[in-house]
Amino acid sequence: MHSLFEFWEWLKRLARHPVPPGTDWRYVLGSATLVAFLVQVVTGTVLATVYVPSTADAYHSLEVITNGGGLGRILRGMHYFGAGAMMILIGAHISRVFLTGSYKHPREMNWFTGAILFLLTLIMAFTGQLMRWDQDGIWSSVIAAEQAARTPGIGRWLAHVILGGATVGGPTLSRAFATHVFFIPGLIIVGVVFHIALLLKNGISERTSLGAPRESADYIPWYRELLEKRGRPFWPFAAWRDAVMAFAVVAAIIALAVVVGPKALGRPPDPTAVDASPRPDWYFMWYFAFLAWIPKATEPYVIVLAPLLFGLVLVALPFVFGHGGRRFRDRPWAIPIIVAAVVIVGFFWQLGERAPWSPDFAAPPLAADVTGAKVFHDRGCEFCHAIGHDGGHYGPDLTTVGRRMDHAQIISRILGGGNGMPGYALKLGDGELAALVSFLESRH
Amino acid sequence: METRRRFLSWLTAGLGAVAAIAASIPAIGFLFEPPPRRPREDWRAVGALDDFRIGETVEARFVDAAAVPWAGQASDVAVWLRRTSATEFVAFSLNCTHLGCPVRWESGAQLFLCPCHGGVYYADGSVAGGPPPRALARYPTRVDGSRVMVRTRALSV
Repeated sequence: MHSLFEFWEWLKRLARHPVPPGTDWRYVLGSATLVAFLVQVVTGTVLATVYVPSTADAYHSLEVITNGGGLGRILRGMHYFGAGAMMILIGAHISRVFLTGSYKHPREMNWFTGAILFLLTLIMAFTGQLMRWDQDGIWSSVIAAEQAARTPGIGRWLAHVILGGATVGGPTLSRAFATHVFFIPGLIIVGVVFHIALLLKNGISERTSLGAPRESADYIPWYRELLEKRGRPFWPFAAWRDAVMAFAVVAAIIALAVVVGPKALGRPPDPTAVDASPRPDWYFMWYFAFLAWIPKATEPYVIVLAPLLFGLVLVALPFVFGHGGRRFRDRPWAIPIIVAAVVIVGFFWQLGERAPWSPDFAAPPLAADVTGAKVFHDRGCEFCHAIGHDGGHYGPDLTTVGRRMDHAQIISRILGGGNGMPGYALKLGDGELAALVSFLESRH
Repeated sequence: METRRRFLSWLTAGLGAVAAIAASIPAIGFLFEPPPRRPREDWRAVGALDDFRIGETVEARFVDAAAVPWAGQASDVAVWLRRTSATEFVAFSLNCTHLGCPVRWESGAQLFLCPCHGGVYYADGSVAGGPPPRALARYPTRVDGSRVMVRTRALSV
C-alpha cells in the first residue's frame, strides 16, 4: 500500500507543476488535440472489431457498421468528425505556437516532436480516407502512388510500397490498414509521450508580455524564478480550462456524429467503373486544387518537392529561428505568414470544391433548337465550355462569343485548338463545322 | 574505471543496436521489398473477335495477374480497347498520366477526358490539353484465333 500511496503522491506532484501567470484560453489547443486523438483511439479500436481490412469485404463491413442499426453509425460519425477535429485543432495549435514564438529556445524539441506528430496525423488522415474503400478510397491509393512515383530514382519503388504490388489489389488496403491502425498510432503515442515529457521538462511558454530576456542563456534562470515567484499549480488553476475545452470538443464530436452522421460511403470499390470522379476528403481538397492550378512546366518538381519542403520547413523551423525575441515587434513576419497560410489554403479549398477544370460530363443538351447547338453538345464542346447556364468551366464561357470573335477566328480556334484546347480538325464533318460556327457566331 | 565505463557503454549500445537491426531486417525487407524486375504478367482474354467493331473504343475488363484470393473487385482492371483493323487492337490504360485518375472515352468528342484535373487526350492517346505530362500508356494486345487478348501490366507510373 505504501508504494501505491507514493505513486499517487508522485502523480499529484506532476499535476501540480507550476505554470506561468496568465496561462489562459490560448493554452488549451494542445490538450484539445490530444483529446480528439483519444476519441480516435477509442472509436477506431471499436470500429476495428467489425471492419474487415480486405478489399473484397471492407465496403460491406462499413455498410453493416453504418446501416446495421445500433451505435455503429454514431461511432463512425465520431471517428469521422474526430478526425476533422484533430486536423482543425492541430492546425490551430501550431498557429498559436508559431504566433507566440513558443517554439524558440529552450523549446525547440517541443516544436520538433509536435511537427512530427502533425506529419503523422496527415498520414492518418490519408490512410483513413483510403480505408473507406469506396470509389474515392480506391482511387486515392492510385493518386498517392502516382505522386510518389514522380520521385527521381526511388519513385517506382515508393509506388510499389504504397500499393503493395505492381498495381492496386488486395495488399493495397491491408497496407493502409496496418499503417492506420498499428504503425502510425504507435508512433503517435511515442511522440505524444515525448511531447508531454518535454512540456513538463521545459515548462509551458510564458506570455510574451512578461518580457523574458532576449538572450537564450539568461532565459532558463529567469523562467525558473518566474515560476518560483509567480507560478501557479497547473492543477487545478490551468487544468480546468483544458477540461472545459475537452468537454466542448467531445460534445461537438458526438453532436455532429448524431445529427449529421458519418461521411456517406461512396460507390462500391470497382476499379473498372470508368465514370468515377475521385475527390479527396475536405482536409486534402486544397492540395487537390493546388495540383490542378500550378503551371504545367513546374509540375514535375512541385509534385515531389512541395511535400518534402513543407515537411522540412516545419521540422527545421526552431533550429533555424530558435533564438531572438518572441514578441510581434521582433517577428514582423509572424502574422503575415499565418494570414497568408490561411488565405492560400482557403483559396485553394474553395477552388477544389468548384473544380472548374473538371469536365462537366453531365451537361444537358442546349435548349437552342439548331444543328450547331446539337453539335456543340454531341461533340463534347459543352464538357468544357458554358453557354448560358449549361456546360463546363474549364475553357472560356461562350455565351457571348459572337461579340468577341469573328468567323475566321472561330474556325481557326475550333480546328487548331490551343491554350489547352484540343484541335477538332479531324473530328468534325463539313456540315458540322459550318453549323457549329454559325451557332457560335450568333451568340451575342 | 574510465576504460571500463567506455567498454560497457559500447557493449550495451552495440548489443542493443545489433539485436534491433537483426530483428528489423526481415521486417523491413518484407515491407519494403523492391519491385521485381519482371512483374508478373499474363495474357487475358477480354472477348471474342466478333464482339468488336473496327474503329470503336470500348471498355474491356480482366483480372490482374497478381490477384490475391481476397482481392474481390480490387484486382479487376479496365482498359479502353479499340479495334483498329481486322486483326489489330490498341488498349489504352485507364490511368491519366497526371495522377492516375480514370479517364473516360467520349466517342462524340473522340477524346479521353480526365475527371480529376481536366487532362485531355486525343483518340491516339496523345496529350491534347491539361496537366498530363505524357500520352496514355498502352497494354500489349494480340488476337488468338477468335479471342482478343490483353497483356496485364503494372500501374503505369
